[in-house]
Amino acid sequence: MSVAVREAPIGRPDAPAAINDFAINVATANGSGSQTSNGVLLRALFKMGIPINGKNLFPSNIQGLPTWYIIRLSKDGFLARREMTDIQVCMNGRTVAEDMERAVSGGIVLYDDSLPIANHRKDVTYYPMPVKELVKEASLPHALRDYVANMVYVGVLAELLGIETAEIEAALLHHFEGKEKAAGLNMEMVNRAIDWATEHVGQHEGYRVERMTGFNEGKILVDGNTAGALGALAGGLSLASWYPITPSSSMAESVEKYAPALRTDEDTGKSTVAVIQAEDELAAMGMVVGAGWTGARAMTCTSGPGISLMAEFAGLAYFAEIPAVIWDIQRMGPSTGLPTRTSQGDIHAAYYLSHGDTRHVVLFPANPVECFEFGRVAFDLAEELQTLVIVLSDLDLGMNQHISEPFEYSDAPFKRGKVLSAEDLEERQGSWGRYMDVDGDGVAYRTLPGTKHNMAAYFTRGTGHNEYGYYSERPEDWEQNLERLKRKFETARQLAPKPIVDDVEGAEVGIISLGSNHEGVEEGRARLANAGLSTSYLRLRALPIDESVRSFIDRYRTIFVIEANSDGQLHSILTTEEPAQALKLNSIAKCDGLPLSARFISEQIQQALEEEL
Amino acid sequence: MTTAARNRAARATRRAARPARTNLIGLEKTSYRGRPSTLCKGCGHDSVSQRIVNAAWEMGLDQTQVVKLSGIGCSSKTPAYYLGWSHGFNSLHGRMPSVATGAIVANRSLEVIGVSGDGDSASIGIGQFKHAVRRNLPLIYIVENNGVYGLTKGQFSATADEGQVLKYQGLNDLPPLDICMEALTANATFVARSFAGDPKQLEALLKAAINHRGIAVLDIISPCVTFNNHDTSTKSYGFGRANEIRLHDLNFVPEFEEIEIEEYEDELEVELHDGGTIILKKLDPDHNPKDRTAAYNVIQRSLDEQKLITGLLYISEEEPTFTELLDITETPLAQLPDSKLRPSREALEGVMAGLA
Repeated sequence: MSVAVREAPIGRPDAPAAINDFAINVATANGSGSQTSNGVLLRALFKMGIPINGKNLFPSNIQGLPTWYIIRLSKDGFLARREMTDIQVCMNGRTVAEDMERAVSGGIVLYDDSLPIANHRKDVTYYPMPVKELVKEASLPHALRDYVANMVYVGVLAELLGIETAEIEAALLHHFEGKEKAAGLNMEMVNRAIDWATEHVGQHEGYRVERMTGFNEGKILVDGNTAGALGALAGGLSLASWYPITPSSSMAESVEKYAPALRTDEDTGKSTVAVIQAEDELAAMGMVVGAGWTGARAMTCTSGPGISLMAEFAGLAYFAEIPAVIWDIQRMGPSTGLPTRTSQGDIHAAYYLSHGDTRHVVLFPANPVECFEFGRVAFDLAEELQTLVIVLSDLDLGMNQHISEPFEYSDAPFKRGKVLSAEDLEERQGSWGRYMDVDGDGVAYRTLPGTKHNMAAYFTRGTGHNEYGYYSERPEDWEQNLERLKRKFETARQLAPKPIVDDVEGAEVGIISLGSNHEGVEEGRARLANAGLSTSYLRLRALPIDESVRSFIDRYRTIFVIEANSDGQLHSILTTEEPAQALKLNSIAKCDGLPLSARFISEQIQQALEEEL
Repeated sequence: MTTAARNRAARATRRAARPARTNLIGLEKTSYRGRPSTLCKGCGHDSVSQRIVNAAWEMGLDQTQVVKLSGIGCSSKTPAYYLGWSHGFNSLHGRMPSVATGAIVANRSLEVIGVSGDGDSASIGIGQFKHAVRRNLPLIYIVENNGVYGLTKGQFSATADEGQVLKYQGLNDLPPLDICMEALTANATFVARSFAGDPKQLEALLKAAINHRGIAVLDIISPCVTFNNHDTSTKSYGFGRANEIRLHDLNFVPEFEEIEIEEYEDELEVELHDGGTIILKKLDPDHNPKDRTAAYNVIQRSLDEQKLITGLLYISEEEPTFTELLDITETPLAQLPDSKLRPSREALEGVMAGLA
């Protein structure tokens, strides 16, 4: 039953005009096609040159459960999630009451006028949208009506805020990959909504968007999973095996999508990469290990439950010393957790994955460019170190669209590590030991199956082995092997991507964080700086840590370790690895399924420092 | 000198006098050996290892182009005991098929032999086993089936006989899984059952398996002399000898030899995808190994009658393999140069333009 009350638009004279600096929250039901409308809004704003980000808060469901999409516009280029909503779009009856509460005082609520609305707040402006009527008037094919209904709010927002129609049209064409008919149907709905809004809503005086320059030029809009997939394809990927799991599936699907364009052999027309959907994550990882052992660059992508299943293979790759790459696009755990919400809760699990004494190289990309670069770097490290490398991304980085520099082509040679060819073996007269530390860096030489030399073969096993790969239960052999693996881990410290450090003169407080927290940390630091507190910042890009982390901790009076999990997992690893400075390390950890906000980060630091005084 | 010692000495003298026999690629059989076995004396698995050595030698396999993979268990230790010039991988319990998949896709020119056991394939690894079969991987999948866990000392596996009693475990009251039946239902393209105590048949099957196009599943009853070799066990030497019924006499003729076999009334020749022919002299006139339904019936009959019916139960050379379906380069992916493993600058720029 509709109890919509049409109100005349009222501007709040006391509200300052916000140009390109506010947040829109769109509440819809999952599966209603809002991904299209929200993506089009985001892209149109991006193409107007406005720094934006879009965070999709979606349920683990195909149809019906509530979904929110938060678009933040920030003329100053702050791209973290914002906690406050200025403009609330309500398209979902099940959440409309609480959604209407989200808008800031002085904000705007747009809502589908068929939704049951009981109360109106006095401090916000309401615009009921006759969604059903407008859809009906458009006389669209019946099956499409539900999907284009969301284009109504795109049109109303366009008129209300001043989003350029041409950019909406271009974004639709981009979304439908040039299919003019599909784009046209949607555009028709947008135009009808604009016409209606011109008459009934008008342009808002408080919130406006305006074309701007200086930020988005030359940049692309991309999600981290696509970036990682492209990076892997550009980085020599030969086998990708995977099992569907949110939020990583889109990475494997991107590998599949772009492989024909990027990795079709010109001479034969055949593919130079194989993509295999495995029967489960164990098999996916087994395929990676088998291919890595054979000399191909292989990866799998998964999320928390997947790495749990891969744990045994992780130990085998570590101990039998087989190059392998896992991309873990983190979501909320433990267990099934919140499959569609972001988290950084797998840091511990990834670093120590498997049983016995295991530690792995873990990479933390913070943005799409790093996802792209680590696509190749992970393979280089895995082959140079003959071990498992885990890339820890997360749902926020992996699935949400981010403004990014375009990815740079590199023809730098791949680092394939220490591999003996048949000719090498001939030179050594066949004398070699698979697990012998010839160079003192803990990394031994390997041969690949298929090497045409009768001394090439060795036997690979997860059981105890000596320098020649023969089965051994001798305590000395075991200890010697683990000592070498420790030396290898020291080599890994030197080879892993270095942290990015921003030392601010006069600062006494240091921040250590990682991955997708970056935007929140940077904005948080700006807030703190405004309040008179300058901070230095080390963004960790890999485990194990190197000397630069120790010296950073050394340089500051107090350090805050900021991460999106509940237990402060990175904090605990740092205190273990730097016990002498453990008391300087303070944990700021939050785990609620949302990307960390600048407000949270700055307030936590301020509060902790006040308590310290 | 005792008579036995004299005989041994005489045999040694004869061996030394005889010129060493070499195969197609000029190697003696000893070149196909592995490390000494550490299994129990009399273990069926050692007999299977010897058959692999013989088959590989007689077929003239280049061991550097062979890899041998296994899971975990007594059977999975055996790849160390044959083909010493081949890369070997003793992987994880029940996970050999996935490792083999990765190896095969990474290097499609390798001949891949996977060895597993009944615990490894029918218990912990049944999922990976069936999916490897479903994909028709070009893989020789040997199950050394003894109905019992050896390395952990005598527990029942999923192929143990219903009603069987073991010393420490007591009564097994669950029905067994049948490896051949599971393989068939997963659309296997080569299903054979044999017996570690039937060397001639087993070698012929192994040779055929080497030249089979897709996956070749060999369920080999391979008695565990320590934990499960009493006569009431269908996985014992005694039971096998007393109850083996051969569906046919098998002979594998490689392509480098001419077929010289006298005409036989119920003879069937099957040409293998990778060369050579397997010639079956039917002992059971009703069984045609190209007929899937007949294969089901034979397996069901062996279960109903509690007989060890051996031979090539089913074969088809028609279905494409997994590597063929992937449409990857003929050059093994693992051997492609960097230049083939990265996109051109233009290709990447094209993709970037689409994202702009």
